[in-house]
Amino acid sequence: MYRIRLFAIRHSRSFEWIYKRLERAMIALDPLLGKIGYDRVERPVAFVEKCVKTVLFDCKMCGQCVLSSTGMSCPMNCPKQLRNGPCGGVRPGGFCEVKPDMKCVWALAWDGASRMKGGAQIHTVLPPVERNLEGSSSWLRVSREKAAHLREAREKRRTAIADAFPDARANEPSAAPLAEEPAQAVKGSK
Amino acid sequence: MSQPYSAPPEGHVSHSRLERVLRSGRFAITAELNPPDSADPADVYEAARPLGEVADAINATDASGANCHMSSIGISALLTRAGYSPVYQISCRDRNRIAIQGDVLGAAAMGVSNVLCLTGDGVGVGDQPGAKPVFDFDSLSLLRTIKTMRDERKFLSGRTIKNPPQLFLGAAENPCIPPYDWRPERLAKKVEAGAEYIQTNYIYDVPLFEKFMARVRDLGLDKKVYILAGVGPLASARAARWMRSNVPGIHVPDAVIDRMEKAEKPGQEGKKICVELIQQMREIAGVSGVHVMAYRKEHEVSEIIRESGVLASRKR
Ligand code: SF4
Repeated sequence: MYRIRLFAIRHSRSFEWIYKRLERAMIALDPLLGKIGYDRVERPVAFVEKCVKTVLFDCKMCGQCVLSSTGMSCPMNCPKQLRNGPCGGVRPGGFCEVKPDMKCVWALAWDGASRMKGGAQIHTVLPPVERNLEGSSSWLRVSREKAAHLREAREKRRTAIADAFPDARANEPSAAPLAEEPAQAVKGSK
Repeated sequence: MSQPYSAPPEGHVSHSRLERVLRSGRFAITAELNPPDSADPADVYEAARPLGEVADAINATDASGANCHMSSIGISALLTRAGYSPVYQISCRDRNRIAIQGDVLGAAAMGVSNVLCLTGDGVGVGDQPGAKPVFDFDSLSLLRTIKTMRDERKFLSGRTIKNPPQLFLGAAENPCIPPYDWRPERLAKKVEAGAEYIQTNYIYDVPLFEKFMARVRDLGLDKKVYILAGVGPLASARAARWMRSNVPGIHVPDAVIDRMEKAEKPGQEGKKICVELIQQMREIAGVSGVHVMAYRKEHEVSEIIRESGVLASRKR
């Protein structure tokens, strides 16, 4: 709903806080979700996510949520679905070119971002939406991606070794391994 | 015309004359061609002739205002054949990423060396409001995509491009409409995405534009991107009012409309205002040129530029 959406943007800082917590919880759950199978949890989680976010942000379930980089103003509500800032047609008073009764989603976004701790994220250049992810859960995607990111960081050293010894990697790959290691195989890992 | 696949001159990304003029620190001039509702190339050449006399590049608009005319890629191709240097405008409204990336290669192959990446006006303001709006890209993701095609030699899919398109990358900015405080920040984001030059929308409110430029200089953007200020002659007070309320993103202050109203010959006055604007733009630090948009008045462009005197200081 428009009114609730405006409320969420006015309180972008609180919602940012809540979202950070949610994100951390989702990352912590990654091993568990992995065990149950992301495939199996996808539908129910997407359903809950849709209910919550539709009410709060007029979410359109694009599947690639970027609220933290858009002042908690959902860019899919922009009639042009822009992902990187306002178009050149914003009306006097900050109203939308296409829907004159609605505040420009991006004027609101910059406003929301100015109250957020991580508001500077709005400067990030975002890629176009992958339309085939529409309807899927962003929350699960975030948890998968962030967990993968952490794994990547942990494995950076191994990647560096493999890059530095390309011949060993080619001829004797177990001397410069890259495949994911099961926890049991690595000493000292939990 | 230079071969598309010879390497661009040292320190350049393309063979564009506009790029050369800007990088050498000369005051650049671009002008907009109004696309014909016709399939006759002669109509394009007729409109291009008076612009070519003064402009370093001629903008081929892409259904601006969501009105259907000859396509920008068609006009660009005709212009390169006749030795003009076009700015191929790409709007995100009508085509998806598959079409646009293909057209970028096609345009470059036909000798186009400047592109201008635009979001595009909504379909609702145009002559066919029932059309399906596409907006697969926005202007920034489009900039980044063409930059990737040029510099990394890759489509967005990761597939390799054998000979990359050598294009000078441009974007638009609209300094005189809200959210004012964020317009310079948005410009920064466009530079980050890959913009190398900027053509602004019409500017009639010089103090507002000066404020914008001050912030642009504070952010150091004038060192990173060439800014061409948008100007154009108004036809009459009535036309100005109509434009203000019907064309998205145009801001004409009351003072300017008043002046038009009081003038005995509004057409002459509109031209005079335009000449004055160009002279004022020239004095603003960080402005590298002007972009002249003379709607249905191409024949006035060379006169306006000559009267402004901006070419006098420039060896051509
Ligand atoms: S005015 Fe704002 S909300 Fe409306 S189309 Fe432009 S960017 Fe989107």
